[in-house]
Amino acid sequence: MSDLIQLLTPEGERVEHPEFRFDPGPGVDEAEMIRGLLRDMVLCRRLDTEATALQRHGELGIWAPLLGQEAAQVGAGRALRKQDHVFPTYREHGVAWCRGIDPLDMLSTWRGTDHGGWDPVATGFHLYTIVIGAQTLHATGYAMGVQRDGLVGTGDPDRDTAVIAHFGDGASSQGDVNEAFVFAASYNSPVVFFCQNNQWAISEPMERQSRIPLFKRAQGFGFPGYQVDGNDVLATYAVAQAALQRARDGEGPTLVEAYTYRMGAHTTTDDPTRYRLSEDVEHWKLKDPIARVEAYLRRNGLVSDEWFAELEAEADALGVRMREGCHALPDPSPLSPFNEAYAEITPELETQRDEFAAYLSGLQGAAPEVTR
Amino acid sequence: MSTVTLAKALNLGLRRAMEEDPKVLVMGEDVGRLGGVFRITDGLQKDFGEDRVIDTPLAESGIVGTAVGLALRGYRPVVEIQFDGFVYPAYDQIVCQVAKMHSRSRGRLRLPIVIRIPFGGGIGAVEHHSESPEAQFAHTPGLKVVACSNPVDGYWMLQQAIAHDDPVVFLEPKRQYHSGKAELDAAVGPGPLFASRVARAGGDVTLLCYGPTVKTCLAAADAAATEGRSLEVIDLRTLSPLDMDPVLDSVRRTGRAVVVHEAHMNLGMGSEIAARITEKCFYSLEAPVLRVGGFDTPYPSARIEHEWLPDVDRVLDAVDRVLGF
Repeated sequence: MSDLIQLLTPEGERVEHPEFRFDPGPGVDEAEMIRGLLRDMVLCRRLDTEATALQRHGELGIWAPLLGQEAAQVGAGRALRKQDHVFPTYREHGVAWCRGIDPLDMLSTWRGTDHGGWDPVATGFHLYTIVIGAQTLHATGYAMGVQRDGLVGTGDPDRDTAVIAHFGDGASSQGDVNEAFVFAASYNSPVVFFCQNNQWAISEPMERQSRIPLFKRAQGFGFPGYQVDGNDVLATYAVAQAALQRARDGEGPTLVEAYTYRMGAHTTTDDPTRYRLSEDVEHWKLKDPIARVEAYLRRNGLVSDEWFAELEAEADALGVRMREGCHALPDPSPLSPFNEAYAEITPELETQRDEFAAYLSGLQGAAPEVTR
Repeated sequence: MSTVTLAKALNLGLRRAMEEDPKVLVMGEDVGRLGGVFRITDGLQKDFGEDRVIDTPLAESGIVGTAVGLALRGYRPVVEIQFDGFVYPAYDQIVCQVAKMHSRSRGRLRLPIVIRIPFGGGIGAVEHHSESPEAQFAHTPGLKVVACSNPVDGYWMLQQAIAHDDPVVFLEPKRQYHSGKAELDAAVGPGPLFASRVARAGGDVTLLCYGPTVKTCLAAADAAATEGRSLEVIDLRTLSPLDMDPVLDSVRRTGRAVVVHEAHMNLGMGSEIAARITEKCFYSLEAPVLRVGGFDTPYPSARIEHEWLPDVDRVLDAVDRVLGF
């Protein structure tokens, strides 16, 4: 039997798994829940397509596309509770969407107007981390803090808290990720390591990262690992939910390998045709995460054409909003780096700032704001 | 009032910070049961428990990286790097993550982390146990870097660094942990953390130093006094930000300055200080600013480290040269 946990086949057939099942929770209509997941995936794909187009038009310096990874991100994102915390890498636009982050705020990093764009405390979604895997340690430390705050295993669903760290197959080779596994295992911390194995670390294939399936590494660190079909949103939701609940219950870390495929480039700067075969891409197209949910809902009469028409209109509106809003993202003040470097600015930096402000005002004939 | 070593003063400082703020955590390799390889955290785990004095796995990046997460959760981690040369595996976490979290979040996130590093040589250790990495961190915006040189400063500066809302790299001259004592009167409050201090007043040459070289420079000033030369010794205490006003005041009076540190001279603290002195008091200078430091080689084997480290004679030689100009 395959290790891959699947609840919805690429053809849109529901299948049973002995350990995991899709459970929308008490009082939630299952079909409504699945339609919601489909909606999220469709809108995330549109968000991604628009951002990629904006980059091609020169509006964004660079973009890291999520195309093909919608199910892994939406499944994991929707399994979170409000009090949970997310430590993403730089491709988690779908998880950010699930945390209610404005897509325009997601563009600012890539347009170069900000290094973040959202409030990590208010959203429970921390800033994108560019250095591969560094955030897995932050997540583990944060989870150690949650433990010290007494917020695991209380049995109160509104208090018990989990932390999830996102990373990719390439990051699994990094020391930081392995150190995070060691720390999390040693302290039994409430953290879920959610690896989206999209098969490619820029141009380096999976075979260059590991001789065994990534989820099997968890056993060597002393906690459970699962491999889930990353293109099956019902399965990613179910597995993420179970792993997060295990963390909230105080039972420690879990590694989830969402087995998926990056359909696009690593970022808009690389050309995947130089390093991978078009047959592979065609093969993975048949596993499209959106098509299978649509097939399931249509086959079972759980969705109408009107519903799809409304969703398309919603996606179009999102596209318009992103195109218009991207232009309107404000450049920061040239003095903001001085004010943001420290919680307490140093006298020498204050002097540099004031001298630079005077220099700028000499050029422009008007003094810019010194305060943020 | 008590007479304590630097090691004991740091231990007392940590203890007091932990008593005053339940969010203060101590973490590192061997800091718990053993009390740290230099015994700086001696007895703390016994009194504050394993959740606040955390024996960590042996992984420096992991120690600093998890401290980031704990700080984001509202804790104030004090991280012990066992030896200076072991900080490099954590370098990415320190310069890319710790240093930048505040600016990356546009001020929404604060990382009140203290990274304690026993630094410098002179203890006869093997490779990687005698480094002076201060310039690496002072060169990094977002970090503050301080170095204590005596028990009184160790006691107060550590508490101040822990209470500070920016990340602080806290350098401790390891060869002075157990050599020499000072009276510690907890009733006498500290001066500001980010300020240099005139350790000895003088009028002929200004010696600039920090950490382990403060003792060397004071000894050099004693020796020079027997020859009728009056050396002013300034303990910089803070390396980023640098507190230059007392330095510039002094150099304007003496017209001569020598910077003394153990670190390699190429692009070291001495280069920066010399540049700033030249910019700000060029017309007061009677001689170029000289540097006495470790040479631009990897740190040597223990049997010859005394030749490599700045000592009283090398400092006095530089004093002769600036006076002979």
